[in-house]
Amino acid sequence: MPRTPLAVDSPLEYLAILDEKGEVDSALEPNLSQELLLKLYRFMVLGRRFDERMLQLQRQGRLGTFAPIKGQEASQLGAVAALEPRDWMVPCFRETAAQLWRGTPMESILLYFGGFDEGGRIPEGQKDLPVAIPVASQLLHAVGLAWAAKYRKSDEVAMTFFGDGATSEGDFHEALNFAAVYQTPTVFVCQNNQWAISTPRSKQTRSRTLAQKALAYEMPGLQVDGNDVLAVYTAAKEAVDRARAGGGPTFIECVTYRMAMHTTADDPGRYRSDEEVAEWTRKDPIARVEKYLAAKGMLTPQEMEAVASEADAAIQEAIQRYEEIAKTLGDPLQMFDHHFEEMPVHLLEQREELRRFLETENEEARHA
Amino acid sequence: MPKMTMVQALNMALRQEMEKDDRVIVLGEDVGVDGGVFRVTDGLIDRFGPDRVVDTPLAESAIVGMSIGMAVYGLRPVCEIQFSGFSYLNFHQIECHASRLRHRSQGRWTVPMVLRTPYGGGVRALEHHSESREVFYAHMPGLKMVIPSGPRNARALLVSAIRDPDPVIFFEPKAVYRAFREDVPEEEETLPIGKSLLAREGRHVTLITYGAMVRPVLEAADRLSQTDGIEPEVIDLLTLAPLDDTLLVESAKKTGRVVIVHEAPCSYGPGAELVARLVEKAFYFLEAPVRRVTGFDLIMPLFAREKAYLPNAERIVRAVKETLEAAA
Ligand SMILES: Cc1ncc(C[n+]2csc(CCOP(=O)(O)OP(=O)(O)O)c2C)c(N)n1
Repeated sequence: MPRTPLAVDSPLEYLAILDEKGEVDSALEPNLSQELLLKLYRFMVLGRRFDERMLQLQRQGRLGTFAPIKGQEASQLGAVAALEPRDWMVPCFRETAAQLWRGTPMESILLYFGGFDEGGRIPEGQKDLPVAIPVASQLLHAVGLAWAAKYRKSDEVAMTFFGDGATSEGDFHEALNFAAVYQTPTVFVCQNNQWAISTPRSKQTRSRTLAQKALAYEMPGLQVDGNDVLAVYTAAKEAVDRARAGGGPTFIECVTYRMAMHTTADDPGRYRSDEEVAEWTRKDPIARVEKYLAAKGMLTPQEMEAVASEADAAIQEAIQRYEEIAKTLGDPLQMFDHHFEEMPVHLLEQREELRRFLETENEEARHA
Repeated sequence: MPKMTMVQALNMALRQEMEKDDRVIVLGEDVGVDGGVFRVTDGLIDRFGPDRVVDTPLAESAIVGMSIGMAVYGLRPVCEIQFSGFSYLNFHQIECHASRLRHRSQGRWTVPMVLRTPYGGGVRALEHHSESREVFYAHMPGLKMVIPSGPRNARALLVSAIRDPDPVIFFEPKAVYRAFREDVPEEEETLPIGKSLLAREGRHVTLITYGAMVRPVLEAADRLSQTDGIEPEVIDLLTLAPLDDTLLVESAKKTGRVVIVHEAPCSYGPGAELVARLVEKAFYFLEAPVRRVTGFDLIMPLFAREKAYLPNAERIVRAVKETLEAAA
């Protein structure tokens, strides 16, 4: 009887191109147009500043709970930039920057986290799914979308985002397994931001990397420096191209960091140290692109300021639009919209009951 | 007696039971170092260590499935599912195993576990963080389904749940978590599972409710008493399954009129079972149709509209008045 090593190869790699000092590995540097590089930079800045502004609004009570993205701009944008508009994007709840890149208006995101279901509306022509709050549940949808694309013989790809914590859920394993079995054109982008609320990555899984989980399902997997937008883009582009060409799914682990709180309801001081945050602050994804673009002569300090102030102006306008729209959404009866194509009788009755109640409640308030 | 919030009272129940019985183990997402996202398990890990207060990976099915195994071994796992909106991932373990193992093994193996989870709206939370789906569990044979309404009964019921030899689903109304304080005695206090509570004595109408809705119902009862001279009797169910209907039936026979209040959707909701019991056992005493004041049959709206979704004192007052005006 034999007792021999199994023929399992490990093609796993770690990819980094642009380091913390802004220095680039010229052998690996992708040949990206100035236009794309600057667009990536603009969206990273927009994503960061929008996030910071949302945090202020939340603290002022003008927004509800949301999940900040600070530190994860490169992971999200590098990945989503590899998609074509005809491809699918399946987010979890922390993909603000990716959503903006894909065309979701800022005011929709504000409306959603402001407590209005209308914020979930996906603009016509944009092939994104809405925010998925139940962790890992959305991965299977990306596999289903990709399977359908394959069935229809279209060359569309589905990319889905999730965190390190999500890799512990059954849905994650079922999604990777199905994607590999059916060779669906799916790109799994795991944003390993080191924490799932208070649970560190080391307590989430015994695996030394998340990327190696791809091995078990026999699909290409790799780890990238998630704070390096060039590396993330390169990995994602390869994965998308392979998927489009019929080469099946890929699993990408972006090693990054959630610099802010888990959500605005969370206090990270309870479970992690300031030193850790400071260490990752030095690895900030935006600072390094700035150095890179400046060294290439594509970005002057004045242009940096201009990008920031353009972003701020766009954010301010979006907030105004959000507040205007929110005023028109005061009618609670709108909660009855969009449950069925045709509203069933019992809902018509319940809506009428609420309408009458609100009407007389308002009258009473007027007389009081 | 110290005045406590429901969060503190639940924490005390866990701490005291863990001190008394080393079979009691707490497990779940963020229950250890973080003390739970609502702080119900705050400080337990410092006192009992990471072997008894276990920060698990993010996997509800695993948390519950593992609790079943621990319980079969003879431990007393108290697992936390961070929000009831994520308990669907463990639903299968509860339905297919926790609720059945005693019967399937014909008494050889039992599952003395508790599943604690916050439910319900009213705290401006995200999607899936506000729904009220207790009926899924109340409907399931082989389970006990408990919902406290205040700090003191929450503590007493949790102690009973931990000591119960069968699986108990323990829904915590998160709108009540920090809404008010009550005196909670340091000394041991338990409440029987399966008994409802007369929360207010009255004679004109019976209001039946539980969980977070107990407060608006009591508020409505006070208003009716003060402004209209109507004295409602209020029953706080505390346990949805097994449902002991003695008190309900007695009260309905006395008042002849009943209004049921819950935040869960109306259709096939807990109210439907209550109406059925009353019709079966008190039909000839009823002087008006039984009314339900409930959540609508909708996906719980995001928080900008949750107030309009949730039953409030005004809606309850009106339903009571209509019930009193209705002739049988
Ligand atoms: C199925 C499920 N269980 C629990 C939660 C509560 N919850 C929200 S986010 C989170 C941690 C997620 O961690 P990770 O997957 O690493 O993503 P990150 O938040 O770090 O981006 C938890 C436990 C949830 N949303 N869904």
